[in-house]
Formats: sequence, structure tokens, C-alpha cells
Amino acid sequence: MSNLMSGSKILLECLVREGVDTIYGYPGGVTIPFYDAMYDHPIRHVLVRHEQNAAFAAQGYVRATGKTGVCCATSGPGATNLTTGLVDALLDSIPIVALTGQVTSTLIGTDAFQEADTFGITRSATKHNFLIKNIADLPQAIHEAFYIASSGRPGPVLVDITKDVFQGNMQYNPVTSIHLPGYKVYTEGHTGQIRRAAQMMLEAERPMVYAGGGVIHSEASAELRELVELVDSPTVCTLMGLGALPGNHPNYISMPGMHGSYAANMGMYNTDLIIALGVRFDDRVTGRLKAFAPHAKVIHVDIDPSEISKNRNADLPIVGDVKRVLQKLNAVLREMNPSAMDRPGLRAWWKQVRDWKAEHPLEPSFSTTEIKPQHLMAEIERISKGEAIVATDVGQHQMWAAQHISFNKPRLWLTSGGLGSMGFGLPASVGAQMACPNQLVFCIVGDGGFQMSLPELATIVNHGLPIKIICMNNGYLGMVRQWQQLFYNNRLSQVTLDGFPDPVHLAAAYGFKGSTVSHPSQLRAALEMAVAEPGPYLLNVKVSPEENVYPMVPAGGAINEMVLGPPSPVEVPR
Amino acid sequence: MQQVISLLVENKPGALMRIVGLISARGWNIDSLTVAKTLDTSLSRMTIAVAVDDHMRRQVIKQMNKLINVLQATDLSEGPSVTREMVLMRVRAPQESRTAILKEAEIFGARVVDSSVEGFALEATGETEKLDEFADIMRSYGEIEITRSGAVTLSLEAKKLRLSPPVTKGAQVHETDGQEKLVHKTN
Repeated sequence: MSNLMSGSKILLECLVREGVDTIYGYPGGVTIPFYDAMYDHPIRHVLVRHEQNAAFAAQGYVRATGKTGVCCATSGPGATNLTTGLVDALLDSIPIVALTGQVTSTLIGTDAFQEADTFGITRSATKHNFLIKNIADLPQAIHEAFYIASSGRPGPVLVDITKDVFQGNMQYNPVTSIHLPGYKVYTEGHTGQIRRAAQMMLEAERPMVYAGGGVIHSEASAELRELVELVDSPTVCTLMGLGALPGNHPNYISMPGMHGSYAANMGMYNTDLIIALGVRFDDRVTGRLKAFAPHAKVIHVDIDPSEISKNRNADLPIVGDVKRVLQKLNAVLREMNPSAMDRPGLRAWWKQVRDWKAEHPLEPSFSTTEIKPQHLMAEIERISKGEAIVATDVGQHQMWAAQHISFNKPRLWLTSGGLGSMGFGLPASVGAQMACPNQLVFCIVGDGGFQMSLPELATIVNHGLPIKIICMNNGYLGMVRQWQQLFYNNRLSQVTLDGFPDPVHLAAAYGFKGSTVSHPSQLRAALEMAVAEPGPYLLNVKVSPEENVYPMVPAGGAINEMVLGPPSPVEVPR
Repeated sequence: MQQVISLLVENKPGALMRIVGLISARGWNIDSLTVAKTLDTSLSRMTIAVAVDDHMRRQVIKQMNKLINVLQATDLSEGPSVTREMVLMRVRAPQESRTAILKEAEIFGARVVDSSVEGFALEATGETEKLDEFADIMRSYGEIEITRSGAVTLSLEAKKLRLSPPVTKGAQVHETDGQEKLVHKTN
């Protein structure tokens, strides 16, 4: 019976058919048969040091390439560790397929060793999930998983596979078609709605394009650029959408929201037409929803019908893929020839937006005695010039990086937006550097998040990844400290991170180079040295510990009520 | 306000969990839930009565329609519909009240499904409020034990069921109405 194949081999064959070249994972008891099949299979497996990082690394791979990523973990603790990475992918619409082992089907429900109800636990952590107890169901489920993960609004899909399915044998016939009658993907957009949208855009006096992660997921950057040039609208890109429009494009303002620029937020507050593209009116963007853009009508383009009018009512909804919708919209707009129109309202609006930009520009602050975090980001920007991949963690450094580093194209900025998972940066940079081996990758982390994913330094070394790890070290959980200082009478509770390891010794222990820089005059040289190093480099940058991120819209505030700087000098005990 | 949701779902393990999970994740309590296979045994029909925050009514239907296993979710509170519920009830009936109980049961259209020296087992169907009244009256005769089916609701308007066609791997499939297209991106 030589035409029989094991479940493990069938799984690998299905992955190959889906174009998978890399799996990020960690083996364990029930996945041993799968790892045995991998032993002499050309697919590349990257051994991370914690399952959560397998999901984050797969995400880094996806965010940098747009391909579907794959991660793998064993049953029980393997699967539960994976969960944070799955929810993170769900909130940022990142297509990953997670494979988990499950105890032998006859043992399910007996509290067997390393048994967890992965199917139940990950129900709300995924776009969809499968429990495969019968080898006959395996190939169909794998292809359905890839289809669901990558189509429509992308997201994570988990396939939980029992040990006996890995070990079983059957005759393998490749799957040729998928039938999911209840899974509807609307890509094209309603033609009449698109015509009305074009009309509204050219009638608006104070238009504002609000572009998000959806533009990047649907590869619609070129279309976005054409649209904003046709309409000549000021444009803001959300945290997830940075790079959707080049950072140096004349129509680009900056990021809006809680730590957005003055011009972006004033623009969003005063606009009469929001052109929302692949965004979800997140609370970090809108501030107090009732006070958000009170004079604006809203055109909302999204592939997910449940995003329409979820937070902000859409006056003109268009359900469809942003790229397809913008292609049609641009064609309509070209016919209308807006450049020949006289739009005096728009001229006044541009003057106003430029005035706001000049009034409170997002400019880095410098000091001669200590390294300001903004100074650090400005120096990285000077090296990157909008071309390097930047993976970040979550917190103050993430906001400063978003404010001060620009991106000339999409898929350069890799950050955990929706879930805000600390520990994301280091493993995400692993996935990105593996996907783009010749590109300069900065991994900007805080001293808090860095220590959450520290073991991945070994993965970096194993694969000789020349990642430039820039640890913005302020000795604090900075964002929490900032809130405690501003809103909790400076009662600093559990935010001091003493005991940071000596970076020189830490990097040396893993077999690569590291150093600390603490004086602003040495920052540039230190960064250049890190970048010049052929292998990985850990640069520990001691920055002014009490610096806060501004502008800031306090929680529950309206976006036009920004705090632009420190309210008054505050004594911070150290 | 109470919302009655009718769902046509794939008859697969986990389908109920996904739907109920959407409700429980929002901290809402289900008033009643019924599930049974349809004529096509690969599908199930569910009726869920749940008190939903008003501004979330449409959102929860959209979220349910997003579930892969859900073929169609509709809000029956929006259109004309008919709702029925069934009750099975054991009534303790001493000799002197047996006739009166049977009379009352007849008024409510209930049937006797079992009779013994202790009392009767009754079966009734009707609108939820009617059955509440029936239970109240029977309680006045003495101790009762009751099992209710939960509401089953039928929309009186025909709703077009839109299903996605099969997707050939690597190929583009055009939906019949030309507005939507499914594209399977193979890497």
C-alpha cells in the first residue's frame, strides 16, 4: 500500500500547495510525528523560544510580505501560549494559519497530559478554527484555513489536529475546490455608491482622507495615492496605515489620534467629509466618539460589513476591497476631471491645514545633556530615510517612532496596533528579516517589552539575522508611568524596571555585539556603528527617563482637546 | 430590548459555540434558544431570544453573518413573524379539582399526555405570554412542574438566501449578480 500517506506528510503537502516556505514553531509531545515528517522535508522550520513568539514572528513575516504566515505549537501549553499572538493578529487583520497538536482523539475530554480545549479557547481568538479528529477531513480543512485567513478581511485561523491524525495513513487526493456557503466576501463595491462617493468628494470643501491598515492589506497604496492627488485631499494614516501614503507625500499630514499631530487631529475635527478607507474608527483615533468630527459626513469603504457604522455612522457606506473600490472610484474621478474645477473652499482648507502644521509641528526635541527619545527616533529616521523596516514593541517608544520615523512604502512599519501586545517587536523583526534578508531591519523596543521576548535573541543568532535592536531604555514602563504622572498624582506604582542586564554582556552571552549609549553627542556614531555591523547588534540607548509623549488626547477627551506639552514642571522621584 | 434572531447554520460541531460566544462576550443573557436540524440535515435552524443593547442590534446580526458556519442571520423583530412555544407540565390534581383542570386545559388548547392518580401531564403550544398565563392558572390548583421549549419563530416574509459558490483553488469565481467576486489568493 505504497500510495498511503501519513497525516503529517499530507499536512506538509497541503502547506507546499499553499506556497508556504517557512513555519515558525516549537515542537512538543503530540506534534512529534509532524516534526518527524519535517525532518527531511524542504520546508523551513524556524525554532523560536516561546510559542507566543512563533505567532508574532509569523506576523512579522506577513506584515513585511503580505503572504500568509504559518505558526505551529503543541497541545495544551503550546496552544495557550500561542493565543496572545492569535488575538493580536485578529485585531490587526493579519492572515496567519496556526497549527496546533491535540491529544489523541480518544483521549479528548479525559484531562489527558497536555490537554487543553484549544478549539474552545481560540474560538474568540481567531477568524475561524477547526478541530480535526479524522484524517479524511485534514486536507480540506487546511486549504479552507488558508482561504479564510487570506481572503476578505484577513485574520488568523487555527487548525487543531489530534495526534492520531498526524500518525494515521490514507490515500491522498489533492483538494481542488473549497465550498464555504456561509462565507461571503464582498470585494467589488456598489457602482452607484462609488459614483455618489466621487460626487461627495468633489463637493466637499474640507475633505480628509483617513487611511488605515486595510489599504496596506489590500495592496492599495498606488490607488490611494492617485485618489488623494485627484481629490487633492489632506490625508492622515493611522498607526496601522503608516506607509500607505509615502511619509514625504505633499498631501500627507501625519498620524491622527491619541498621540497624533495637532494638524491631523484638528483636521479630523474640522473636516466636512471623512473619506475612511480600511479603518475602523478605533477609540485611539476618535477620542470621545460623540465629539469626533462633528461637522463631517462619512464615506466608509471597508471589506467587512460589520465595520460599517459600528462606531461612527457612515453616510455613504461602500462594502468592498479598498483596492478594487479605489480603482473604480479613481476612474470615475478622472472622468470628472477635478483639476479643471475651481474649488475655492479647498484652497482655504489647505491654508488652514498648513497653518495648523506650522503652529504645532511634530518636531523632535533635543538636549545637549541627555538623549531625548524623539532625538533617537530622528536619528533612526536620518539613517532609514523612509526605506528601512521598523518593528516596534508597545508603549512610549512605539508612539515616538510612529511620530518621527517616516515610511515611503507600505509593509515597512510593523507594530501591534489593536491588541498592543508588549513583547511583539523582537519576534516580529525575526519574521521580517527572514522574509527580507537584504533589507535593513530596525527593532525598536522599550526596556520593558524587550525583556518579555528576550529569549528570541537565540533565534536571531541561530539564523544570523542582522537585526539592529535599538532598546530605548528609560528604566520605566514609560507609558504607564506617563499616565500615573498625569492622571494619578504621580503615584508611580510598579513601573520602575531596575535590573536591566548589561547589554554588552547580554549580547556577548548570545555571541554578538552590543553597547550602551547615553550621551547625545555619541548617539549618531553609535547608531551608525550598529548599522555597519554585519550581524545583529544590540544598542541600549539611555534616554531621558521622564519624557512624555505629546501631543496627547487624554482618555475620554475630544480630539481637538489635545494636551500639547507638559502641563507644569513635575517633580518625579527617582 | 428583546431581539429575536433566526439563524440558518451549518450543522457542525462548534457552530452553536461561535454564535453563543458572540452573545456571551458582550455580557448579554440569552432568554431562550432553540436548535434543530432542517429538512436538509446538513443545516440547523436556530431561534435565539436575547435582550440586546439597542445600539448593538444591527451590529450583532452583522457579526453573526460574518461567522463562517452561519448561512443567514436575520432579526425577526424587524418584520412580520409568528412565534410559538411549547410547554410540558405536570399538574398535581386531587379528585375534587380534576374536572376543573381539564376544563382550563381545554380553554388553552392543551392536551393531556398522561393521567395518573396524582394528576396530569399536559402539553400546550402557543405564544409565550399565553403559556405564561396558562402556567399561572395551573399553579393556582397546586404544585406544577414545567418544561418549556423556548420560542421558535418563523418569518412571514420570504428572505433571499445568498450562498457563496464553491471556489476552485487558484481560480477566480464570479458571483452570479456580478457585483461581488470571490478571489482565492494563492501565495
